Amino acid sequence: MTDVQLAAAQNVVVTIAETGETYRCRTDESLLTGMYRLGKRGIPVGCRGGGCSVCKVQITAGAYAQMRPMSREYVSDDDLAQGRVLACCVRPLEEVTVAVIGKLNKCVTRSGT
Amino acid sequence: MGVTGVMRPGHAQIRVLNLEEDAKFYREVLGLVETGRDAQDRVYFKAWDERDHHSLILRQSDKAGIDFFGFKVDSAATLDKLEGDLNAYGVKTERVPAGELLATGERVRFEVPTGHVIELYADKKDVGNGLPYSNPAPWCPQAEKGIAPTRMDHALLGGGDLDGARDIFINVLGFYLTEEVVAEDGKTQIAVWLSCSNKTHDIAFVRAPENGKLHHVSYWIETWERVLRAADIMSMNNVPVDIGPTRHGITRGATIYAFDRSGNRFETFSGGYISYPDMHKLTWPVEHLPEGLDYAQRKLHETFLTVFS
Ligand code: FES
Repeated sequence: MTDVQLAAAQNVVVTIAETGETYRCRTDESLLTGMYRLGKRGIPVGCRGGGCSVCKVQITAGAYAQMRPMSREYVSDDDLAQGRVLACCVRPLEEVTVAVIGKLNKCVTRSGT
Repeated sequence: MGVTGVMRPGHAQIRVLNLEEDAKFYREVLGLVETGRDAQDRVYFKAWDERDHHSLILRQSDKAGIDFFGFKVDSAATLDKLEGDLNAYGVKTERVPAGELLATGERVRFEVPTGHVIELYADKKDVGNGLPYSNPAPWCPQAEKGIAPTRMDHALLGGGDLDGARDIFINVLGFYLTEEVVAEDGKTQIAVWLSCSNKTHDIAFVRAPENGKLHHVSYWIETWERVLRAADIMSMNNVPVDIGPTRHGITRGATIYAFDRSGNRFETFSGGYISYPDMHKLTWPVEHLPEGLDYAQRKLHETFLTVFS
């Protein structure tokens, strides 16, 4: 990625597969930042630093690039090969579609387990 | 003397995904003082008003989270005694030699049933807070650099067997329970706050689906106004904020939860109340967790029970 390309950051459409929700994300910001900044929902928002995994997505269409290190506790080599990544650590290069994998797994439920 | 045995939290070793980026963050944004680097490339920090050599160690890793959390005890004799007590209670311990951490004496290390490594030690070099021990000024320039908390205050850790971890701290290490969140059955503790001092908590545990998890390491600030200043500094530096500024009902601290550059949560807080071991515990039924967590907004922040590193 050269500075020239970065300077020419564009907006591309991101689609969240489950809900059909779309938003315009800059090609120099993370998929999660783009969503969060516009007040859109769909991908869970956690630490925004690649450490917690709640924002994990499967990129089902479109090219993307990693922009930050991701905690390998949650992202295996197989995940990387399959496009399963943390939405706070990757940016879109073109129009992309994502499926949400990460969950806000509650440690306890209201039924008190 | 009041505070004997285990005196206070002394250090947290945190894993970061990009060492220099997070070293810069802790130095310039949180405003800790860098005090050294060791042969393993770990970076050491202390809050400006702490006198011991360090309270935070950063280690480069490909996983975020916490390696261990350590407490300072009042003497070498206490260290030996507590090691014996732990062994008698069925907790295996090991000794980490003096100098393995810079400026630190021998440590007694053990694992609690939530999967966290806990350490005790008696010696760490007094490097001072930049002020003389005779006729000191109340603060120094470092107190104004970045958020500049005065001390590392406590940690909240997440894991499965909260009861097992709690019992070791209470039955062996002399901590007492100050506050708890209990499930709808009125018994099962979802989170506990434990003190070895006059603070509302020196360590806390939350029941979590995975063991060994870090919820946050907390740093103390003197006033609510300085908490708001911390919020400004976070926003100026694009720090992802989780909750706040607001006030916890639990422990009454005025707080901000936010994340470092590797997704490890930290807290900057002020307030609370003075606690004593004879005081009745305070209980928060889980349906009142929203106020317990965020008294101002009475809002259940889903991330509190779900986001760990
Ligand atoms: S929000 Fe925590 S890993 Fe992305």
